[in-house]
Formats: sequence, C-alpha cells, structure tokens
Amino acid sequence: MAYLLEKHREKTSLRLLFGLVFLAVASQATAQLSIEITGAGVQRTPIAIVAFANEKVAGTSLTQIVRADLERSGLFRGLEVPPLSPHPNENSPVNYGEWRSRLADALVVGSVAQNADGRFEVRFRVYDIVKQAPLGAIAYLFTKDNARAAAHRIADFVYEKLTGEKGVFSTQIAYVVKRGSTYELQIADADGERAQYLLRSNEPIISPVWSPEGRRIAYVSFESKKPIVYVHHLAENKRQVVASFKGSNSAPAWSPDGKTIAVVLSVEGGSQIYLINSDGSGPRRRISNSSSIDTEPRYSTDGKWLYFTSDRGGSPQIYRMSATGGEPQRVTFKGGYNVTPRPSPDGRVLAYVTRDSGKFQVALLDLSNQQVQVITDSDRDESPSFAPNGRMILLATVRGGRGVLSAVSSDGRIRQNLPYSGGDVREPAWGPFNE
Amino acid sequence: MRAIILATAFLLVVGCQTTPEEQSAAKVEDRSGPGGKPGTSAQPVERPKVAAVDVTQGRKDAASALKDPASLLSKRSIFFDYDKFEVKDEYRGLVEAHARYLRDNPNAKMLIQGNADERGSREYNVGLGQRRSDNVKKMLMLLGAKEAQIESVSLGEEKPMCSEQSEGCWAKNRRGDILYSGEY
Repeated sequence: MAYLLEKHREKTSLRLLFGLVFLAVASQATAQLSIEITGAGVQRTPIAIVAFANEKVAGTSLTQIVRADLERSGLFRGLEVPPLSPHPNENSPVNYGEWRSRLADALVVGSVAQNADGRFEVRFRVYDIVKQAPLGAIAYLFTKDNARAAAHRIADFVYEKLTGEKGVFSTQIAYVVKRGSTYELQIADADGERAQYLLRSNEPIISPVWSPEGRRIAYVSFESKKPIVYVHHLAENKRQVVASFKGSNSAPAWSPDGKTIAVVLSVEGGSQIYLINSDGSGPRRRISNSSSIDTEPRYSTDGKWLYFTSDRGGSPQIYRMSATGGEPQRVTFKGGYNVTPRPSPDGRVLAYVTRDSGKFQVALLDLSNQQVQVITDSDRDESPSFAPNGRMILLATVRGGRGVLSAVSSDGRIRQNLPYSGGDVREPAWGPFNE
Repeated sequence: MRAIILATAFLLVVGCQTTPEEQSAAKVEDRSGPGGKPGTSAQPVERPKVAAVDVTQGRKDAASALKDPASLLSKRSIFFDYDKFEVKDEYRGLVEAHARYLRDNPNAKMLIQGNADERGSREYNVGLGQRRSDNVKKMLMLLGAKEAQIESVSLGEEKPMCSEQSEGCWAKNRRGDILYSGEY
C-alpha cells in the first residue's frame, strides 16, 4: 500500500532511499484496469532507458515499467536500445555523440544489486543528451514484493529531472466497480496495477475522496438503505461512521489540513453543507443557508474557499464561499448546468462538468481570466479528479454502454482510456503524492 | 398501465428488501422465532403452516394491509415529472392513505427514499432525490403524521428501477418509495 516509509541519507553522489515498506491492506481485486493512450503530446521527448545492469536479479524488469510509466504520460517516447557491449551502468562514461546519433534527447542508465540482507538496491543516473549534462542520480532499496513501487519511484525521479514537475507514477487511485449487484471500492497504483478492494457491498458506494496525507478515504455508502459518510483508515483497514444524521449524508470533502470534512446533510431539510471533524467527534456546523440544493463542496488548495454546486439561481451552477461560511459568489455563468467543482492543485483552474446540448463534458475555468475550455468530447463524462501535479484529470465516462475511466491532460491533448474487464467503473479519485 | 408500473414498482421495492444480507436474515429469524409453539414439533409437515400463521398473527391487522394488494397502503411509489418535485394530484389518495396509517399507528416508522434519473452529477442527483422525499414527508405531516415517524432520504440515481436510456425509463426512476420499519 501507499506508504513508503523512507529514510534518506547521503552516500557519495548517490542518495539512498531506504526501505520501500508497504503495509498490507484488504484483499486483491479480481480484475484490474489497464491503460491505453489514445492521444499524445505533440512533441514527445525521445528517451533511451537502458535495461539496468543485472536488473533481472529482482525478478521484475524495472526499466520496462519505467518506460511504460513515462510513455503513458504522453510526454515521452521510449527508444529501442540494441544490446550494448560493454553494458553501461550508472558509473559508465557517457558518449553523448553516440546517443545523439541514436536520436535520444535523454538517457537513463543504472544497475541493480542484491544486498546481504536480501533487499535489492537500484542505482541509476539521468542524462540530458542534448545539453550533454548529467541531471541527477539516486538509489532506492526495495524488497522483491515492492519492485513495481521502486520502478514507479524511478519513473517519478526521471520525470521530475526532465520536466521540472513532480511525477505521479507512485500515486494511487480509488474508484468504484459495479459488477452485477455488487459494488466494490477499490484502490490501485496509478497504472491500474495492484488493485485491491477496501469495501464490498450489495448497495451503492459513491464519492470516494482521499485525505490530504493519503492515509484515509472518505466515501458514501448506501448499505443502510440511505447515504452515510464513512472514513476508511487504509493502514488499519478499519472504517468509522463520520456522518449518519437523520436523512441523507453525502458529498464528503477534506479540508487541506485533514481535520475537517465538509459534508452535505438533509437533517434540517433540503441538502445543505456542514462541517464536521474528520474523526467524527464534536457537533456539526452548518455553513450554507439556503432553500436550494447546496452540494458537492470542495476546498480550494489554500483552504480559504469552498466551491460547491447550488441551484439557488434556478439551474445548478458553481458558487464559492469562505470556508468558514458567508455570502456565496457565483463562479460559473456560461451554460445551464454546471456541476462538480474540482479546484486544480495550484488553485489556478477549476475543473467541472458542464452540460451542452444534452452532453455532459469536463470543462476548465481559468480563475484568473474566466476563460472556459471544454476538454472532453464524449456524452456522459463525470467526476473529474486532478492528478496531484495537476497535469492529468481522471474522469468517469460511458463507452459501449459501460462505465469506464478515462484520463485527459489538462491541456486536452493527451487522452488515456482505462479499460476494465470486471464491470462498470466509476467515481474515480486520484490520491495525493506519496511523501 | 399506471397500475402495472405501480405493481412493478412494488415488486421491485419488495425485491430490494429481500436481497440476502446478514442483518435482514437475522430479522426474519426473529420474527418466526416466537412462532415455534410447544407441541407442534410432533408433526414436522405441519410446522411451516403454523409458523406462517404466527407471523401474520404477530402483526396488527392494519400492518397486513400494508401488503394487501387491494389496499392503497400497498402502493408505495410516487412518480415525478422531469425536473419536478411536487407530489402530483394523482398520488394524493396514496399519500393520504399512508398519512392515515401513520396517524392510526403512532409507533409506525417510515423511510421515504427519493430517487432521480441518471442524467448528471451523482451528488446533485442525491440532492434532487432528497427534494422529492422531503416533499412527500411534508405532505404526510400536513396530513397529520408526526415528524418523528418519518425519515426522508435520497438514493440519488443509484437505485434505478429501469436502466435503459429513454424518457420512459427515466420517468420510472424519478420517484419516491415508501418503506415501513421492518422493510428496510
């Protein structure tokens, strides 16, 4: 599971990250997502990822996973590297001219060794071939079970060195699978691998959302014939009821400090936004006061604002108010149905779902200049969820009559489908960075 | 036609209630438990009959009306127009019958589950379903039912009665379902 317990230390020029230790959670899911890229960036950086010397010792081809991760981002194209003699590792001198002639803009070389304690150590270096400069090197220690996680960390490191942005290959996603009359809340690696379920129920599960530190997921379960909000503690695989008032309890959203959850309750009639403590303690605090539906609250990244959907103006539109309550301001004006606000991690953009001519699509509102861009083109897109680096948006859509997940880059250019053989998939939520 | 829809609705509601689940299985056990009268064990073949009689005897006459197809009380679904939340006149008799039942049985408890069609945001649809169930609750209270007897909730678009992509189907999903304690 997601908690990389790491220690850092300096060792010559290589930084060592120790102990990729994962805590076991729940059971393995029976089917898993795969990812197909259906559109790519205009210019993908050609990168040569040389198979790490001795990497077979860990039983997993780390570099194949690294290459797949980087290619899936839509920003890189992995080059085929013929057998090299001698096989280079992180300490080999680099012939920039030769790699340039192979049309590589970037190069990754490294090696794997098994330590006396049985763990594996991967060391690698990233080069900018065009600028003829080393970009950085690092080493990770991992056990055989965590080889995939180690590969995602390598991909994150390479991605950050080459783009200047943090990678999200080590992050996790949550989503709901409906198979027949069974619902499963699942979590998986960002590449869809290693899926496991947290909750299996005969009644619907909606609105999963990760806590800011990634150790808890809040969601709405209908297992008691009405919507109730739970918080699931991943490491302990335990859950607690946090909102079970008379009436409906739904639409949880975490405050950035993880201490408060905004929820929508009907306990006083209608659907209104309240704040509760995320540990379920203390009284509820009502912060919206309308006779309309106020729902889908989401905190801005700085925690100052709550964006929400309200039909106070006659049609559902997005508003925002101070996170402590107060007079709401309308945020969306174009179109008659704008719902599901999702502020971007950098706070500059708001993703939401807009209806136009009966089609539900994901739009981005630039909060600095109010420009709106619709970035998807199918009919029933819903539940957009930003990757923690803001680069991609995961969403649910319907293809061939079945619910599937899809991802689109925030510039609309890169598309990914996430086919799933095991049922209808919906309600995606992208988890935070693993720190 | 309406009668067929209502009958279907009722069957589906009942169908939902009998979904195998640990809790409801336990409740069924509890109800038939008192039915095991001493002395009846001599005739194993007779036992199911005795148990069945006791189940109905254990309830009030009015309660049996809740399941009697001839009674308005067995009609449990109220359908709504698109983007509308008011209880239509054609359901007034149905709501009045249930209000009367709640008045006559002050200990009776009711759950009203509001539903929306599948179009649009799941959470906003929870809000729309809530508006429908709240309106049924308000009408019941105006007719004399007590607030403490009724809980109105929403299932949003999550429990459709019909799953096709058509207005005829969506119309069946814009509804409020009435359940009494023991049924949920």
